[in-house]
Amino acid sequence: MDDSWSVAGRRFESRLIVGTGKYRDFAQNAAAVEASGAQIVTVAVRRVNISDPKQPVLMDFIDPRKVTYLPNTAGCFTAEEAIRTLRLAREAGGWTLVKLEVLGEAKTLYPDMVETLRATEILAREGFEPMVYCADDPIAAKRLEDAGAVAIMPLGAPIGSGLGLQNEVMVRIMVEQAKVPVLVDAGVGTASDAAVAMELGCTGVLMNTAIAEAKDPVLMARAMKLAVESGRLAYRAGRMGKRRYADPSSPLAGLI
Amino acid sequence: MVYDDTFSITVNGEHRRVPKGISIAELALELGLEPTRVAVERNLEIVPRSTLADVKVEDGDDYEIVTFVGGG
Repeated sequence: MDDSWSVAGRRFESRLIVGTGKYRDFAQNAAAVEASGAQIVTVAVRRVNISDPKQPVLMDFIDPRKVTYLPNTAGCFTAEEAIRTLRLAREAGGWTLVKLEVLGEAKTLYPDMVETLRATEILAREGFEPMVYCADDPIAAKRLEDAGAVAIMPLGAPIGSGLGLQNEVMVRIMVEQAKVPVLVDAGVGTASDAAVAMELGCTGVLMNTAIAEAKDPVLMARAMKLAVESGRLAYRAGRMGKRRYADPSSPLAGLI
Repeated sequence: MVYDDTFSITVNGEHRRVPKGISIAELALELGLEPTRVAVERNLEIVPRSTLADVKVEDGDDYEIVTFVGGG
């Protein structure tokens, strides 16, 4: 049965979005994307390599006509930097669906929600469709939605930490109240973390380091694909209630 | 000051001299870049890709030329 999801009018089957940073090389990166089944990849916008322009580039390995490129603003610490980056991204690729992240400081890479909200408002006015990396704050998320965010993407733990979801209660509340997709962005370390996010009812999960820094990234990409699918199925199936004590599975009647 | 047939410009923070009268598309090609894969900012203003062949490089211009790279 169809269990696809849509963001800003685009429909996707895969609920896993993967990054394209930190891989050994482009070939490994492309193989991991393939194994993950992801239909969206995040990409960064950076200065071209003028000293060696013939070096291979990402687009030679991951075809933007087959996989949706989601340009991000990683490394931006003000609304202005992020907006400037995304205007360039729109010119380079022609895409209005973008990932906004405005960071507060370098140690935690925690989002600066004041700047993030300001950037969301401006980007939405300029016709962008920003998927927004944000704090696990349901009120801030509501504000982002009102400002034009097409998806809410709370961190589960600091970017690149691999600590797993540290904020299940808050993420669940955000999922319950949001009218746009909620995707956990950052913090996943292994497959079970991705499943947890999906079991909470998240629309999807975005990850990079958990795959790129695995000993075998391609194998981990497949694990993540299955975890996201499993978590999603479990959410839809509706888990059993929790009990404080045992409840036997075999009938008590007819016991010899 | 050098008076010759070149302009002095900055590209991605690096100083360069380029022939007078070239367009931004020609600048990209001279740098070995594929104009359809980059975005160009000239003096903090984006230059639409459709006009790269029409806009001439001016003396003192400051360019940022970017593309997509791997990122999370």
